[in-house]
Amino acid sequence: MRMKLVASVAVCALTTMALAPNAHRNAGGTVAGKVTFTGTPPKMKPIDMAKEPSCAKEHATPVMNESVVTGAGSTLGDVVVYISAGAPSGAAPASPAVFDQKGCQYLPHVLAMQAGQKLEVKNDDQTSHNIHPLSKVNPEWNKSQPPGAPPIEVAYDKPEFIPVKCNVHPWMHGYFAVLNTSHSAVTGSDGSFSLAGLPPGKYTVTAWQERFGTQSQEVTITGNETAKLDFVLKATEY
Amino acid sequence: MSRVARHITSIAALSVVALLTAAAGRAQTVHGLPREGRGADIKANTHVGRVAIGKEEYKRYCAGCHGDRGDGIGENTQWIDPKPRDFTQAVFKCRSTPSGTLPTDQDVINTIRRGIVNSNMPQWRPLPDQMEADLLAYIKTFSPRWTSEKPGTPFVIPPETPVTTESILAGRAMFQKFECWKCHGADGRGDGPSASSLTDSKDQPIHPYDFTTGTRFKCGTTNADLYRIFMTGLDGTPMASFADNIKGDQGWDLVHYLRTLQPLRTPETILWKTWLATHAAELKPIGPPADGR
Repeated sequence: MRMKLVASVAVCALTTMALAPNAHRNAGGTVAGKVTFTGTPPKMKPIDMAKEPSCAKEHATPVMNESVVTGAGSTLGDVVVYISAGAPSGAAPASPAVFDQKGCQYLPHVLAMQAGQKLEVKNDDQTSHNIHPLSKVNPEWNKSQPPGAPPIEVAYDKPEFIPVKCNVHPWMHGYFAVLNTSHSAVTGSDGSFSLAGLPPGKYTVTAWQERFGTQSQEVTITGNETAKLDFVLKATEY
Repeated sequence: MSRVARHITSIAALSVVALLTAAAGRAQTVHGLPREGRGADIKANTHVGRVAIGKEEYKRYCAGCHGDRGDGIGENTQWIDPKPRDFTQAVFKCRSTPSGTLPTDQDVINTIRRGIVNSNMPQWRPLPDQMEADLLAYIKTFSPRWTSEKPGTPFVIPPETPVTTESILAGRAMFQKFECWKCHGADGRGDGPSASSLTDSKDQPIHPYDFTTGTRFKCGTTNADLYRIFMTGLDGTPMASFADNIKGDQGWDLVHYLRTLQPLRTPETILWKTWLATHAAELKPIGPPADGR
């Protein structure tokens, strides 16, 4: 009986962690909403992976460039939404942020993490990659990771949006969003986000998209309510 | 031995020395390969640098290319390719330390002394040690990283293993496995499938090293320098660090194979050519695996 209870609690905890990897688990207010765009976004082109047959064969249809990910109703994916001011300071989450290389793509395309949080870079491909984050504020490194090599474990100390590329496969590019806070989310293609576990207070919420820049709004949380907050980013064609 | 004979002997000895020296001098640029000489003669600089004096020297010798602000934008920069180093980022190609860490003082001084091959950075050998130290002290003022961070721990390069066919073959397997050929090409010609799309961290096109030219490397000339290059990677360029995947004596295997790609009369090349004469058919070609993996 007791075992069962422990087990179900553990399952609950795991589920919560899985659903909200970056959100605080304690009660509090929530900021939730959608990110959409106005204007004309650039047309994403298919990627030619012919130079890397081991990756090309992993994709039934050509993979599209991911610098602008959109959904039905002008929603915008891969937008980092985070508390840029007013967030309760806290230690970085113990669980690592995981960045996977699979099918010569970065999964996820944009990875948010807190400064000081462990970052784990994996290679699930049959080819060598070199992981080259082009940081300016943090030290710039460039490491090779052959197939089957163990994950590269690093951490970034200072907040920065870092473009990541693989020099061997020039189409591969992504971002590390190193933030001062664990209160962050990366939107899916439906543009929705939710930042939970916010104690009462006044916050600045910022949305960042790699092509369309940043936008900030203020929001006040008084209790356990969910404050609705939408962002409309201006799309530029180039 | 008569006095005359002794005299002749010493003249002969001197001429041999002179010839050898001349040969060694030529070897640096064209044929043979100085195995340890050029690396080993890089003496440690123990002088303490003076920022104020270094600034004046920097203005005289360095600012034309590296710029008054140390940002790599001097009056000559627009005519130069590859572009001069931007010291404000404190990212350096030639280090003895892991990727992403600062170089040691000696690493930077070694770069000043040896220059960077195939670039406009000349060798600054005539500079006195004190001036090198002064310049370094001033260069460090361009980035706050020099005050907030310490240089990384230099890699320890183990003593070189004997050059054997087995070692060269093991190195060749590494060249295939780590996909060095993706950039450096199957023959080391710098013409691999990814070569044409390479850019450095400032989005400038950059070429992978062409082993078949036989020139010295950006960061040295000796086998140990070559070993160090793939361990540290050349930060700011596409050349990654392989330190997580190459350990100990294994690194020498790769060094021995890489030497065979150069048109130099090295022990590696001589051994390899002899072996190839009878065994060439046994080798699988370097490049994408035939099964499309």
